[in-house]
Amino acid sequence: MLDAAAGLSLGFILLPLVFVTWLAFFKQEIPSFPPEGYTLRWFAAILDNRKFVDGFLLSAQVGAVATLIGVSLAVPAALCVARFRFAGREALNSFLLLPLAVPGVVLGTSIYVYQVAIENRFDFDVLGTLWSLVAAHIIIVIPWCMRLVSASLAGFDRAVEEAAYSLGAGPWTAFFRVTLPMIRPGVVAGCLFGFVTSFGNLEMSLFLVGPGRTTLPIAILQYLEWKIDPVIAAVSVLQIVLVGGAMLITDRFVKISRVV
Amino acid sequence: MATLVLDRVTKRYGDFHAVREVSLGVADGEFVVLLGPSGCGKTTTLRMIAGFIAPTAGAIALGGRDVTALPPWKRNAGLVFQSYALFPHLSVAENVAFGLEMRKLAKAEVAPRVAEALKLVRLGHLAERLPRQLSGGQQQRVALARALAIRPDVLLLDEPLSNLDAKLRLEVRIEIRELQRQLGLTTVMVTHDQEEALTMADRLVVMNEGAVRQIGTQRDLYERPTDRFVAGFVGRSAFLSGRIEAPGRFRTAGGIALRCAGAVLGDAVLALRPERLEIAGAPIAGVDNDVSGVVEFVSYLGAAIDVHVRLTPQDRVVVQIANRAGGFVPEIGAEVHLGWSAEAAMAFADDGQAKS
Repeated sequence: MLDAAAGLSLGFILLPLVFVTWLAFFKQEIPSFPPEGYTLRWFAAILDNRKFVDGFLLSAQVGAVATLIGVSLAVPAALCVARFRFAGREALNSFLLLPLAVPGVVLGTSIYVYQVAIENRFDFDVLGTLWSLVAAHIIIVIPWCMRLVSASLAGFDRAVEEAAYSLGAGPWTAFFRVTLPMIRPGVVAGCLFGFVTSFGNLEMSLFLVGPGRTTLPIAILQYLEWKIDPVIAAVSVLQIVLVGGAMLITDRFVKISRVV
Repeated sequence: MATLVLDRVTKRYGDFHAVREVSLGVADGEFVVLLGPSGCGKTTTLRMIAGFIAPTAGAIALGGRDVTALPPWKRNAGLVFQSYALFPHLSVAENVAFGLEMRKLAKAEVAPRVAEALKLVRLGHLAERLPRQLSGGQQQRVALARALAIRPDVLLLDEPLSNLDAKLRLEVRIEIRELQRQLGLTTVMVTHDQEEALTMADRLVVMNEGAVRQIGTQRDLYERPTDRFVAGFVGRSAFLSGRIEAPGRFRTAGGIALRCAGAVLGDAVLALRPERLEIAGAPIAGVDNDVSGVVEFVSYLGAAIDVHVRLTPQDRVVVQIANRAGGFVPEIGAEVHLGWSAEAAMAFADDGQAKS
């Protein structure tokens, strides 16, 4: 009974992915059933489209930088919340998880307005720059890193750090040699989820990209406005493979299921 | 190895005294155990020696060097924790090597010292394992090897046996004690387990409510406890409350007059060791005290038998008799005589604590 329910849920989640993947190999340009035959040419077509290639590179770049900065901020924040008892600790914890709950459009609008204000006040370019995009993406990366690092800090035996101190390791050495390796599953999983979130973000980025600077989801959206053909399905398949692959590889090194 | 001196070490949290003016000298190669009920300040004291907690007042010297203000990583103290606290991502050998690497020893020097430390705890064959692949007892021995590898000035053991099962506890207890003797390690251990403390220590420090109650050998504490708490905590005591009317004369709450050692006048408690009391079915001759009572309860413990005797409605004592073949074992409800010498009964000022 439970197995059946689980199977049903899994099918419900996977069905669209299956269809998209199937569609990506259809021969005819206008997607319709049944397929007239199968081809790989839509995948080749992706590379001919500069917008997709540039979008992919920008998304990867923004995702990587935002994740790197986000995790560097989230790890100390998570340590702080897990270790110290201070006024507003709970509030800080909730606050750092909040971006998960705010709709992307709201987030995008507010950051847009905020950046416009900064631009007017200080008279330098913010909107549409790579760094404005990265800054915004850090906001959506932090909650994931925060949550997963916090999860791996729960039940952390501080005696292990104290053992390192007593053996002659100062605070920094103890952090890098002992604490960080011990919370690595949370850190890696946090980075992965953060990166995926950033990579796939559409709503917020829509407000912040500049001319000629589009992320992959935006490139896909713009393409869809003009035509619908299996190229879109092929791009989606590539994304699925990329994300799925990243998860599988990560899971080989750290058991994601242990921290998520 | 080195000497350890605590000079009036105090730790206050607001108005709460966690540790109150603890002074203690541990000689080179001596094994000292801090013993007391939970919350007595023994762990806080150990953590101050290790450097994890800064004392509010007082000084700590290790090998003649004042370490009060030094962080833990500059103290050269080897620690063994209740939870083992091994580095889970490092192999056994890497765990043991950690402290040596922190000391910037050359690779060529590290390997033999790791091997030597592991050999001491008989775990050389498990050097490449990860901690989680070892049993609890093995993990604790790795932790010991890791602490010994740095050749610490003092070895600090924080309830090191509490996570082990009963049988293993006895084994590791002996192993730690033998290593300690063999290497001449200055050692301070914290435990709440009286038997563990008695079997391992050269000297014991009995603590309660943040303060040292008595420091001495097992014999000192047992034969000459300085107060009622120690008499109740080290070994067993039956307590009779009452008053000392004149030097050497004690009158119980129930009105029995007894002869005792100790000369504090006024309200007092008399502590009797259950195994030092004689029990018989008839009056006992040739003792300082002979009182009669009724057996309320008998518990058969195997090697010994506890007999609970009511002397008067206010005065009850427990007598422990060795379970010898043909020995006297009274029945419940029987009238019996108890006898003991004046020296066997220790009188203490009544500190208002409940009877234990």
